[in-house]
Amino acid sequence: MSVLSVKNLSVVYDGFEAIQDLSFTLEEGDYLCVVGENGSGKSTLMKTLLGLLKPSGGEIVYDNLSSAQIGYMPQQTDIQRDFPASVMEVVLTGCLKANGRFPFFRKQVKELALKNLEKVGALSLAKKCYGELSGGQQQRVLLARALCSTEKLLILDEPVANLDPKATNELYELISKLNKEQKITVIMVSHDIRCAVLQASKVLHIDKTLLFFGDTEEYIHSSEGQKFLGHEHCLCGGDR
Amino acid sequence: MAEVISDILSLTFMQRALIVGILVSLSAALLGVSLVLKRYSMIGDGLSHVGFCTLSIAAVMNWAPLYFSIPVVVIAAFFLLHLSENGKIKGDAATALITTSSLAVGVIITSLGSGMTTDVNNYMFGSILIMSESDVRLSVILSVAVLTLFIVFYNRILAVTFDESFAKATGIRANLYKMLLSILTALTIVLGMRMMGTLLISGLIVFPALTSMGVFKRFKAVIICSAVVSVVCFIVGIFGSYIFSTPAGASVVVANLIAFTIMRTVGAVISRRR
Repeated sequence: MSVLSVKNLSVVYDGFEAIQDLSFTLEEGDYLCVVGENGSGKSTLMKTLLGLLKPSGGEIVYDNLSSAQIGYMPQQTDIQRDFPASVMEVVLTGCLKANGRFPFFRKQVKELALKNLEKVGALSLAKKCYGELSGGQQQRVLLARALCSTEKLLILDEPVANLDPKATNELYELISKLNKEQKITVIMVSHDIRCAVLQASKVLHIDKTLLFFGDTEEYIHSSEGQKFLGHEHCLCGGDR
Repeated sequence: MAEVISDILSLTFMQRALIVGILVSLSAALLGVSLVLKRYSMIGDGLSHVGFCTLSIAAVMNWAPLYFSIPVVVIAAFFLLHLSENGKIKGDAATALITTSSLAVGVIITSLGSGMTTDVNNYMFGSILIMSESDVRLSVILSVAVLTLFIVFYNRILAVTFDESFAKATGIRANLYKMLLSILTALTIVLGMRMMGTLLISGLIVFPALTSMGVFKRFKAVIICSAVVSVVCFIVGIFGSYIFSTPAGASVVVANLIAFTIMRTVGAVISRRR
């Protein structure tokens, strides 16, 4: 069953066409890695999928899903690294939609937050100060927050940026686990290209327009993949 | 001591100053936490200078100061936030431009009108004698509005402060809440600046937030602590200014500085013990 189909998408951003005539379809349970050089339109694509930018042409069709029901994990900003809030407070900011208009958080919403903290293995951190956590722990918390607004689709923007190799591997394992066990479709944009590609089941390589879309295995042997990945083998962990 | 306090409380101008000051400090403290965390600390300073400019225009033209100042400063607040994000001139530079140009215009207008008199001194460093009956009424309305909106939208304000792009993606209208924040800040500053002074009012925004962030690590605790710190410092500052005959605005800021130093030291000791 398809979760998302992008048909002939074009997006104009800052006065120039950042994406031209892009089409692909994601099935439920896919783990897609979006690759491309800086300025290739990866961020624009993500913002458009999230409904923050309007397509100038073509369309994005979600199956039983609105763009507000996507779990989004943006890149960390400087503001967040030493933010004075508890982990629970941070995760709860992902539950605002579930909570509705009521100004205070309902009990079942707090349970949802705790359940998602447990899914990412960060339940013990609930009362800690977010700003005092390690980079890897902070990313887990942000992942839990993203899970609070979705059960179907996660969009991750550079999830391992600024993480050390150990935390990187742990986060990849966690994302794979969520993808397999919870059947959550994952779209990940990453600069850590080799590892990310080997984690994902599908690859979308763009440079304003589509260069490659298909299974990871195919990509590795395709001419685009060879050029982009180089001939080195991936040295990091993962279950592939 | 009790005698001094009853002395102070029997004076009409002191009563007014206390009511307006406490309410303004409370609002400033709540808004300040978000502004400081979002790196908008200097917006308060920019807006108070715009406020100075509008007050001098109002004085020369003989207009009611607040009714002219409030709309202009609200518009300036909107521009400052909008400029600092989308404009070609970024954040701090945009604030500096607006700060200095409104100060310059304000000074020229004042000197063309009455000349540089004590009025300018009062605008710059504040005066507690200036609060009128209608100021008291306005500040009560304003602070009730700030408090209510802050409580009702508390969770959304936290979400937008912490992560704007996530908030937008989950369907929260982040720009709306930012605009709300800037309008409330503008109102707070216009009301507070004549008592605290153009040059000192941003202390009310910045100090309580930083003071409480030194000790507390949860957002709710930071908010509550800065509200308490802000009100206490204001009262201490005003009483101090009466007892030692020091300028009111400056005394309040110094009270905040002392609280800041104490709380930061306490915070450092606590984190070392852990």
